[in-house]
Amino acid sequence: MSKRRSDWESRPQARVRRWFYKGFLALDDEIAEKISSPPPPRFDYEEALEAQQAAIDSRQHERSIAIERLDQHNLLVWMRTRGRKAISRLYVALALVLGLMMMVFLLETVALMPRFGDPATPGANEVSARYIEKGLDETGAVNIVAGMILDYRAFDTLGESTVLFIAASAVLILLRIDHDKEGNPAQELIAAESDDRHYEPRDDRILQGSAMVLTPIILLYGIYIILNGHLSPGGGFSGGAIVSAGLILYLVAFGFEKAGRFFTTKTFTWVSFFSLSFYALAKAYAFYMGANGLPSGIPLGTPGAILSSGLIMPLNIAVGMVVACTMYVFYALFRKGGL
Amino acid sequence: MWQLLYENLEQTVSVILFVIGFSILLLQRNLIRKIIGLNIMDTSVYLFLASMGYIQGRKAPIVTDGVLEVTAYINPVPTGLVLTGIVVSVSFTAIMLALTIRLYRRYHTLDIDEIALLARGEDA
Repeated sequence: MSKRRSDWESRPQARVRRWFYKGFLALDDEIAEKISSPPPPRFDYEEALEAQQAAIDSRQHERSIAIERLDQHNLLVWMRTRGRKAISRLYVALALVLGLMMMVFLLETVALMPRFGDPATPGANEVSARYIEKGLDETGAVNIVAGMILDYRAFDTLGESTVLFIAASAVLILLRIDHDKEGNPAQELIAAESDDRHYEPRDDRILQGSAMVLTPIILLYGIYIILNGHLSPGGGFSGGAIVSAGLILYLVAFGFEKAGRFFTTKTFTWVSFFSLSFYALAKAYAFYMGANGLPSGIPLGTPGAILSSGLIMPLNIAVGMVVACTMYVFYALFRKGGL
Repeated sequence: MWQLLYENLEQTVSVILFVIGFSILLLQRNLIRKIIGLNIMDTSVYLFLASMGYIQGRKAPIVTDGVLEVTAYINPVPTGLVLTGIVVSVSFTAIMLALTIRLYRRYHTLDIDEIALLARGEDA
C-alpha cells in the first residue's frame, strides 16, 4: 500500500473492503501512518480572519487595478480611433474658423488702406523722397534701390549676407556626412552616393551637351547682373542666384567628381569668409570716414559708367559670391550630404 | 466694401494668399507641405509690400534721363524690404528642409503626428 492515500482509498467502503480482505494489518498501517505524520496545525481563527480579509482586500485591489487598466485601455482605444477623429475634426474646424476670421479682419483692413497707386500714400514720405532726390549725388548709383540697400542701408545688407551664411553653416552641420577617423567614407555616405547614382542619370548625353552650351551663358549673365547692379535692375543677390544656377546645372550634368575639382567645402568656407570680411571692412571704412555722403576718398565716378558709385560695385561682387556659394552648397548638401 | 476691395485688388489677393498659406500650415500634416504653405505666406507678404510701394504712372527708381524729381519714381523703400525678405525666407526654408531630412532619416515618415507619436514612444 502506498503511504499516501487518495480520497478514493479512504472512503468508508474502501476501508471496509480492506478490513475484510487484509484484517487489522491494514488498519494498523493506517494508524501508524497517522501517528508518524505531524499533527495538523491548530486552526487559528484570528489569523484565518486576517488572511481572509487580506485576500478580500487584495482581490478588491486587483479588481480596481483591472478596472483602471480597462478604463485606460478604453481611453487609449478611443483616442486612437474615434477620439483622434473627433479631435482632428475639431482642430480642422477651429483652424478654418481662425483662417476665415483672419481673412475677414485683414480684408476689412485692406478696404481701409490707401488706394493702390495713390501718390499720397503715407509710405511715400520724406525718407523715400530724400533717397530719390539725393541718392544719385551721394552714392553715385544710377539704380536708386542699389544705392539704398548698399549705401544708406548697408548694415541691413551685411546682416542679410550673414543670415545666408549662417543658414548655409546650419545646413552643413545638419546634413554633412563626414568620413570616419581613418579617412574611409562612412556607411551613410556610401548609401547616399548609391542613392545618387540610382536616381540621377550618369553621363547623360543630352544633359551634358545642353549644359556645355548653357553653363557659360548662364554664368556670364549672372556676372553681368552682378557687375551692373548699380546701373540696372539686379545686384548681388539676384546675380549670385543666377551664377549658382549655372554651377548647379554643371553639377547635375557632370557629377560630383568633376565639380569637386573647382568647388569643395574649403572653397565655400574661404570665399564666404573673404567676401563677408571684405564687406565688413569696406563698410567699416565708409562709416569711419563719416558715411552720409561725406568724402571718404573713394571716387564716385560719373553716374552711368560701369566703374562708378564708389563701393557699391565691390560690395555687390562680395554679396554675389556669398549668395552663389551658399546656393550651390545648399544643393550639394541636399542631394548627397557633402561636396 | 466690395468696391474698395476691388480697387485694392493686389492687396486683397495678397491677403487671400496669406490665409491660404496659413491654412496649409495649420491643416496639412506633411512637413514639406507645411514648408510650402509658409513660402506661400512669404510670397503674399512680398506682393503686399511691392503693391504698397507702387504709385500710378511712375517709373522704377533707376535714373536714366537725369530726372531727379520725387514725382517721377515709385517708392524705393518697399523694394529693398522685399529683397531682405526674400533672402531671409530662402535661408529659413533651407534650414527647415534640412531639419525635415534629418527627421525623415530618423523616423522614415514625414507625417508630423506619426513623428510625434514615435518620439513619445522613444521617451517612454
